[in-house]
Amino acid sequence: MTSTPERTIAVVTAGLTTPSSTRLLADQLAAAVRDTLDGRGVPRRIVVVELRDHAHDLTNNLLTGFPSEALREVLETVVSADALIAVTPTFSASYNGLFKMFFDVLDDKALVGKPVLIAATGGTERHSLVLEYAMRPLFAYLQAVVVPTAVYAASSDWGPHANALRTRVERAATELVDLLTNQPARAAVDPFENPTPFENLLNG
Amino acid sequence: MQFGIFSVSDVTQDPTTGHTVSEAERIKAMVTIALKAEEVGLDVFASGEHHNPPFVASSPTTMLGYIAARTSKLILSTSTTLITTNDPVKIAEDYAMLQHLADGRVDLMMGRGNTGPVYPWFGQDIRNGIQLAVENYALLRRLWREDVVDWEGNFRTPLQGFTATPRPLDGVPPFVWHGSIRSPEIAEQAAYYGDGFFHNNIFWPASHTKQMIDLYRRRFEHYGHGAADQAIVGLGGQVFMRKNSQDAVREFRPYFDNAPVYGHGPSLEDFTRETPLTVGSPQEVIERTLGFREQFGDYQRQLFLMDHAGLPLKTVLEQLDILGEEVVPVLRKEFAALKPAHVPDAPTHESLKAAAERAQSMESLSTPESVVEEVKR
Repeated sequence: MTSTPERTIAVVTAGLTTPSSTRLLADQLAAAVRDTLDGRGVPRRIVVVELRDHAHDLTNNLLTGFPSEALREVLETVVSADALIAVTPTFSASYNGLFKMFFDVLDDKALVGKPVLIAATGGTERHSLVLEYAMRPLFAYLQAVVVPTAVYAASSDWGPHANALRTRVERAATELVDLLTNQPARAAVDPFENPTPFENLLNG
Repeated sequence: MQFGIFSVSDVTQDPTTGHTVSEAERIKAMVTIALKAEEVGLDVFASGEHHNPPFVASSPTTMLGYIAARTSKLILSTSTTLITTNDPVKIAEDYAMLQHLADGRVDLMMGRGNTGPVYPWFGQDIRNGIQLAVENYALLRRLWREDVVDWEGNFRTPLQGFTATPRPLDGVPPFVWHGSIRSPEIAEQAAYYGDGFFHNNIFWPASHTKQMIDLYRRRFEHYGHGAADQAIVGLGGQVFMRKNSQDAVREFRPYFDNAPVYGHGPSLEDFTRETPLTVGSPQEVIERTLGFREQFGDYQRQLFLMDHAGLPLKTVLEQLDILGEEVVPVLRKEFAALKPAHVPDAPTHESLKAAAERAQSMESLSTPESVVEEVKR
């Protein structure tokens, strides 16, 4: 009998207020993914990253070229995660600057082939396509595998339309878990452990 | 163990006075600093190479040649020589010439340069950085070691029957270090050739520097140049000292806050915690530097960055006095006492020349017959 390997889900949320509706949405998505994995008997670990806590470190990383110790741990968590849930508020017709800074600092190969669920919040439903014209292209560029259902929550989704949001959250969570469980658990690649032999570089 | 300083040659406004020195003043200041390095008993002065403002050191061998004429013991080096955008033929010629003028007091540190716009000015592309470093250096080695070179590669025009002149002093090419902050390929390159590996050890946390150095040491052993702890490691470091720590912090803070590269970013306290920057008393610098040995193993060369971010010349010279009088003598003693006998010193022209002569006399001892005998057995 082989035991199912543990899967790590990283949740990156770029909300700025406390509490933020972005965090609320992130928590709903994380809970739905957790319940779906539990239903299938897949051991899991869910790590939530509040980018607000690392805002200064992100700026410093852009200026100095290296992450602080705390930020390095966060980056490593996302790099080594089996899947990612990425949630941002909508600012000026796009993801906010904090969200973009994180993905600017993250190694551009970190998300290749990684299942990603994208979600956004906003004051009005009229921003909902931000997921399709801003978020999805960003993750397409990073060669992540983004699930078809992206989840947008406007102010009204926290009141009268909460049930409709619930349905979208669950559908997106199911899609992410389907993708995730069809992939082998990630093995970390360490360029310091396995350097390219110099003969290969010479014959490059 | 060698101790020295390395300069990036920046012309930066002194944030405490608003004064910016002229290029002429900065160039002369670098010379004064190098002469001071010899005077206070340091071993190495290394100049950066840059081809864009606010830096003045575009022509390192001109400056190092001038310093060579005015010093007698100081080893002249680079931090770094751009192996990507310089023609390896010109590097071979310039540094062989410098070797002759300086009576062998020359080595080099190869680096790629991380300023994107510089590459196209020299007909190159930063995306080929690693491949340029690999190909150009392979050619440079041949130019110094083979009298006549036929060569063809991807990045420069082919050579037919080319001899780089002057030939290296005593037939011994300058020792080469490879500097890289984050590329495992460069640590691998240094290991492959049995060259030195230098980590600037300024901008990144020790955990990262250690990964690079451990990789270099492991691969140095893999390629048969000796045990991992015999690999030739150099480290940078950045310090600012006053008798009292608080005075050092107070005086250095405005320079730190406005420095090129990391200025307007992390606080002095964050940066001191996260990187090897030490701002404090000479004793604190001694302890931090000895700590490098514990983190990275016995190493051969320690260079300090002292003259940047608009620090006035007078302050830099005071720093060199403190370094030479209070810090380095203690470090020399401590490092020497801790270093096991099998760990070599950094190669110098004299040691490389002696090694070449030993190798030659070994060769003349083994006649063809005895070689055949050995093979038969």
